[in-house]
Amino acid sequence: MPEKPGYLYFPGCSMRATGVAYEESLLELFRMLDIPLHELDDWNCCGATSYMAVDESSAFLLSARNLSIAGGMDTHDLMAPCSACYLALRKTQDYVNHYPEAGRMVEEGLKAAGLKPFNGVHVRHPLEILYNDVGLAKIKAQTVRKWRGGKIACYYGCQAVRPYDEVDRPHDPMRMDQLMNAVGVETVDYSLKTKCCGGSLTGTIHDVGVRLNYILLKEAVRQGAQAIVTICPLCQFNLDAYQSEVAKESGEVFDVPILYFTQVLGWAMGGNLKSLGLKRSIGGRGLVRQWFTENREVLANA
Amino acid sequence: MKMKFPRTMKFQREADPQWSEQVLKFPGCERVSSCIQCGTCSGTCPLSIYMDYTPRKVIALIREGFREDALSCRTIWLCASCYSCAVHCPQKIHITDVMYHLKRDAIKHNLFPSRFPIPVLAQEFFKIVKSRGRSAEVPLVLRMALKSNPFILFTMLRSGWNLFRAGRISLKGERIKGVAELNAALSAAKEANGA
Repeated sequence: MPEKPGYLYFPGCSMRATGVAYEESLLELFRMLDIPLHELDDWNCCGATSYMAVDESSAFLLSARNLSIAGGMDTHDLMAPCSACYLALRKTQDYVNHYPEAGRMVEEGLKAAGLKPFNGVHVRHPLEILYNDVGLAKIKAQTVRKWRGGKIACYYGCQAVRPYDEVDRPHDPMRMDQLMNAVGVETVDYSLKTKCCGGSLTGTIHDVGVRLNYILLKEAVRQGAQAIVTICPLCQFNLDAYQSEVAKESGEVFDVPILYFTQVLGWAMGGNLKSLGLKRSIGGRGLVRQWFTENREVLANA
Repeated sequence: MKMKFPRTMKFQREADPQWSEQVLKFPGCERVSSCIQCGTCSGTCPLSIYMDYTPRKVIALIREGFREDALSCRTIWLCASCYSCAVHCPQKIHITDVMYHLKRDAIKHNLFPSRFPIPVLAQEFFKIVKSRGRSAEVPLVLRMALKSNPFILFTMLRSGWNLFRAGRISLKGERIKGVAELNAALSAAKEANGA
């Protein structure tokens, strides 16, 4: 076993497309922390919410193949930054243990593909890794840039905090708020922090999806937030990409930066500006340019 | 001629109690019979205002065995799987899993509203991932729109262009090495499930 085992990393399809800034900033942040990430070999899609809606055995098997590959690696902590990927992996593990029929499907499927049964894999989310394993103290100590931007609303979304409570508390999660505070960013009390963004509804029943995002944006602004920080590529995408549609439907204009928590943390810890994916924002580009500068001012209390 | 006067309520003889028993056997659905009809699920659901039956009513439909109403409603497709109902339910019913089961049953028996984009998206996503091992957003959106409502594409023009400029649209479809391995696993599991 290498000296610093680090984490197995399950990127998921979004990180290679609309959520590319999440991957860029996550990799930069873990580089700053000197924690190695090993991408899971030949990983497949998690199935998101669609697979479970079509066929449950296939939904379990998609995750089972990923877990089986992870089980054969040196380190067994599998980090999945996308909330849907995290939940698909975590839920498969739980259901295979809890329901004998799910266990049997997975066993037969893996056997037919010549894959080993999975044991001892620990499915993790970066929010909880940064909070539990790295810790607020270390993140505070490594902060080198002083935040000159506005207050932000931390938006946790749904599947990272529900139905399992390992990433944070399902009803009033606070770990992202604490991480933001640790690097000197002020957060607002955001009561819609776990209200659903609608997932793929913006692409299917467009006005319904847009309405959900309007409510989320409006409440964040009402609480005095100038930006929203997320932990999920789908939440970020919905809130960011549809602000012009929200304006069209509601008659209210929003120009709000929708950031990944890894972008804010990576920036505060002195990360390379170009490696944080900041130019990929659509909403609030002016503020993003204004807030995320090269300036290094060591915090007085650091 | 015998007159059929419309009514707002179902008669018990129209129910299918056997179907109801079947549903309870699926993972996550076993606690449906313990529902106290409190409506916490409907109150916490961010989408219930768009539903023809609220989640509480869907649970009641299952329990009584009103199969067609439960399978052909919009409700099950509007469920975005946010698990809010599941964590708030005082009877610990895994309502999200119940909705998933109804979606599968509806697709199996072709009972979803026709040209409704959500089940179309689920099925197209299923096919793309099965053939490549990974999702591909551009072909997925195109196929979903063509098979349901092509006008959806107009709602995406602006955001699509913005995403493209920000380098967030991937044009090269990713494909895993183990497609054959994955398909072998999927078929064997499906067989085990049917057995």
